[in-house]
Amino acid sequence: MIERITWWLVRHPWAVVIATLFLVVATGYGAKNIKLNADYRAFFSNDNPYLQAFENLQDQYNKVDNILIAMVPKDGEVFNTRILTLVEELTEESWQVPYSRRVDSISNFQHTYAEEDDMIVESLFEYSADLSEEEIQAKKAVALKDPVLAGNLIAYDGKATGVNITINLPGINQAAEVPEVVGFVREMVAKYEEAYPEVGFYLTGVTMTNNAFPEASAQDIKELYPIMILLILVLLFFSLKGMWGTLATFSIVVFSSTIAMGLFGWPGPEVTPTTLSAPVMIMTLAIADCIHILMSYYHGIAKGESKPAAMVESIRINFQPVLLTSVTTAIGFLTLNFSDAPPFHDLGNIVCIGVLAAFLLAIFFLPALMMLLPSKKVSESFGENTKMQKLSEFVIKHFRPLLVSFSVIIVVLIALIPLNELDDNTIEYFDWSIKFRSDSEMIADKLTGVQSMNYSLKADGEMGVVDPAYLNTIDAFADFLRSQPEVRHVGTFSDVMKRLNKNMNGDDESYYKVPNDRQLAAQYMLLYELSLPYGLDLTNQVNGNKSATRMSVQIDKITAQEIIALDNRAVAWLEENAPQYMVTEGASTAVMFAHITERNIKSMIGGVVGALFLISFIIMIAIKSVKLGFISLIPNLVPAGMAFGLWAVFDGMVGLGLSVVMGVTLGIVVDDTVHFMTKYVRAKRELNLKTEAAIEYAFHTVGVALTATTIVLCAGFLVLALSPFAINTHMGIMSALTIGLALIVDFFFLPPLLLQLDKNKNETDQSKGATS
Amino acid sequence: MIKTMLIAALFALGSVTAIAQTSQEKGLAIAVEADKRGEGFGDSQVELKMVLVDSKGTEAPRDMRVKSLEGVGEEGDKSLMIFDTPIDQKGVAMLTYTHKDKSDDQWLYLPALKRVKKISSKNKSGPFVGSEFAFEDISSQEVEKYTYNYLRDETFDGKDCFVVERFPTDKYSGYTKQVAWIDKAEYRALKIEFYDRKKSLLKTLENKDYKLYLDKFWRPALSVMQNHQTKKGTRLEYKGYEFQVGLKDREFTKNSLKRAK
Repeated sequence: MIERITWWLVRHPWAVVIATLFLVVATGYGAKNIKLNADYRAFFSNDNPYLQAFENLQDQYNKVDNILIAMVPKDGEVFNTRILTLVEELTEESWQVPYSRRVDSISNFQHTYAEEDDMIVESLFEYSADLSEEEIQAKKAVALKDPVLAGNLIAYDGKATGVNITINLPGINQAAEVPEVVGFVREMVAKYEEAYPEVGFYLTGVTMTNNAFPEASAQDIKELYPIMILLILVLLFFSLKGMWGTLATFSIVVFSSTIAMGLFGWPGPEVTPTTLSAPVMIMTLAIADCIHILMSYYHGIAKGESKPAAMVESIRINFQPVLLTSVTTAIGFLTLNFSDAPPFHDLGNIVCIGVLAAFLLAIFFLPALMMLLPSKKVSESFGENTKMQKLSEFVIKHFRPLLVSFSVIIVVLIALIPLNELDDNTIEYFDWSIKFRSDSEMIADKLTGVQSMNYSLKADGEMGVVDPAYLNTIDAFADFLRSQPEVRHVGTFSDVMKRLNKNMNGDDESYYKVPNDRQLAAQYMLLYELSLPYGLDLTNQVNGNKSATRMSVQIDKITAQEIIALDNRAVAWLEENAPQYMVTEGASTAVMFAHITERNIKSMIGGVVGALFLISFIIMIAIKSVKLGFISLIPNLVPAGMAFGLWAVFDGMVGLGLSVVMGVTLGIVVDDTVHFMTKYVRAKRELNLKTEAAIEYAFHTVGVALTATTIVLCAGFLVLALSPFAINTHMGIMSALTIGLALIVDFFFLPPLLLQLDKNKNETDQSKGATS
Repeated sequence: MIKTMLIAALFALGSVTAIAQTSQEKGLAIAVEADKRGEGFGDSQVELKMVLVDSKGTEAPRDMRVKSLEGVGEEGDKSLMIFDTPIDQKGVAMLTYTHKDKSDDQWLYLPALKRVKKISSKNKSGPFVGSEFAFEDISSQEVEKYTYNYLRDETFDGKDCFVVERFPTDKYSGYTKQVAWIDKAEYRALKIEFYDRKKSLLKTLENKDYKLYLDKFWRPALSVMQNHQTKKGTRLEYKGYEFQVGLKDREFTKNSLKRAK
């Protein structure tokens, strides 16, 4: 059947090539609809409880999307007329930022104090240029002492200050809105940078995080793809030893990723950097198919066959293994749909389409294309593999020590897996080549915590936030949080009430405490609310019907596990010290990402196990043996386990990128096993070889090809390690590691395993088969 | 003959000047006319329910009463706002003196403290008790508080309207501009759009169910403010308007605040 089709293809090469080109252009055109996503929420499914908690928080209070502009004067002095004027001007101009809702800084901080019997509410620094040194020092003391400002908008040591812009995006077209806001802010800041060369300006915040995603995507496209293409050309040239085969394979590699991205792109999706790693993976995977087919083809040519005949023979012997490996790889990638993070669904589906497209192109397009290209003189080196001979002899000779030592290594590495720590952190997702990363690290160093958590603390009904018991509880909670080593700053409504109580009592320090009367507190709050200027209201801290307040906590850049631990301690404190209705978990992007890997691993497990069963079933059918199917599970599963064990030793931080490595590599790792086992089984069944000889045969026939494809795959996945985006980097390194280990396991552990488990019984089986 | 021609020329000139009235002058003229039609109400009082509606539609109501006294001559109006709910703020009273040429003066009486406190006068652009109204939206709209620019005629809600831009003169205002739809028949503001400091549309006010009092004074029974950026809204429901009930100047003083009921 496949022979007849191939004969037709090689006889009508032009028709096939033109039809294929048409198809590629038609589907690939859809890729133009793809937009770069600028929203961290892309990594969360809509039913993610941590996303829902955070959205709920933002519905109750103001949005907490923000850009923090930090200013660090090189001489370390913020409090002089020049820098204060800068802060004042920047604060004023920041109201012009598109979609800005609120601007906070030391300059427009609403300073309250008593004057005779009245309470004055006014901006802390206004007309700074006219302030005397004494006035500046007095205001400096206020800023460094105020719990709202210190450690937040002014460094505790007074050497850095910030302007925080709260952004409320309409969210109609976030992919355009975020760059619009960031572009405006950067332009504005550039102007001040020029006027104030002695001041360092740094930007961070949720909106900057969002903007870092498309920037990382763009960098991926600009830097990764050319490297990948160069790498492919080099690898192909060395493995195929000729220009025409290299070009043919290259066209298939490019066409299959074009088709995949094009089909995916038609509906106009938004993509994260993760999705954009798909073409790199497809290109890597597509090469293997072509190498197998072209190597056999060149064998035929070398033996003196005609071009069509050599091609038909090559397709005949390669059709089944190429189909099998493509299907298992596709199944592996489809398990990414079980991920809790939608970008991996896209990645899995795109690669799945790409792998199947590569299969179809290799079987139907490559034969036709090769007919149109000049055939070449093929060196006799194809198929020569004395090294494989030596390798198989070594493995067979030392199979017991190998079996024992590898078992030990495998067990030890797998035992090390729990040493891995979960870590996801939107700042460390980006490497230092992305400015967002270095700016955020600088701000964390000089000004304030760049990660945050929020607690929406319910009071007892409407207007309950002024209840003295409630205020005392949140004040104690704030004290508890401040005593935690990871916490840099806590913003709480109780600080406002304490300050008002002091102001209303003639600035008497002994009144710096929660008012002891509910009505008094309610009326202070009303007076204060009526005194606040445009945009600086209490809605970011107190909800609409005054039945809850938001406590905002700035924390150090800590790992996911540390964030979860801190949150657990906070919840435990609330459970012990607060009424039940106040107990709540923290909500923020940091909390969402802290849980993402764990959730993702949990959701992936089902999918991976299912795929493993499916793939094992396919292998059992392909090699027609249940027992060998079960044995093949070991080399399929062990490499990922070993890789995670090694990771625990060398890095130990497991993030979102690693949670999907099992799914990514499963179908690829299986390929090695399939190739080795099919040859081994054929040697035993068709050639009636003994186990040792069958192993030698398998080494001899597929050893070189497996080594070559493994090198290609490792190199391809390692290209992802160059991405500025950690999810891609980790996914690339870990996949390459797993694929490399798979080859080692297939060469050094699978054969001893077969010698141990498959020898006696099969030998007797065979003798029975021979006698009957 | 020459005389006739001269008169004709003068008439022509006159009509030209009439036509040449600038859009700023026309805008101002409309504001002055609207102000004039509101003159002479003397004093009034009304019950007011303020309902805050968040982006999810959850409502939070608050009740208050407002008493107003018309200003005489160059004086602006005076108003007294008494809070009835929530219970923790019951009895709080706010006295406002509007001024044509400077920031308004405001005092607040806090019954729990039994004291009158002056409110920082610069800041009247913040949200009024957590609502989508700023105090500057509900205080007396003196002509001098804005400069004007007539834009066009337009039908709104079935009524012929002037559409007039107005620009706050107070630098602490939260707005760069407002656009008002004023009906030609009665000079009532039917709709006002508010533009924030970055000149984006922030909110829209619609005054509905206008009723006529004393055959002269139109007052809306319902004002709805919708914030387009936060998706939150606020309704003001007016009930039981009374005019010329004999309120006196001495009921609108700092000292009288404590006795306000």
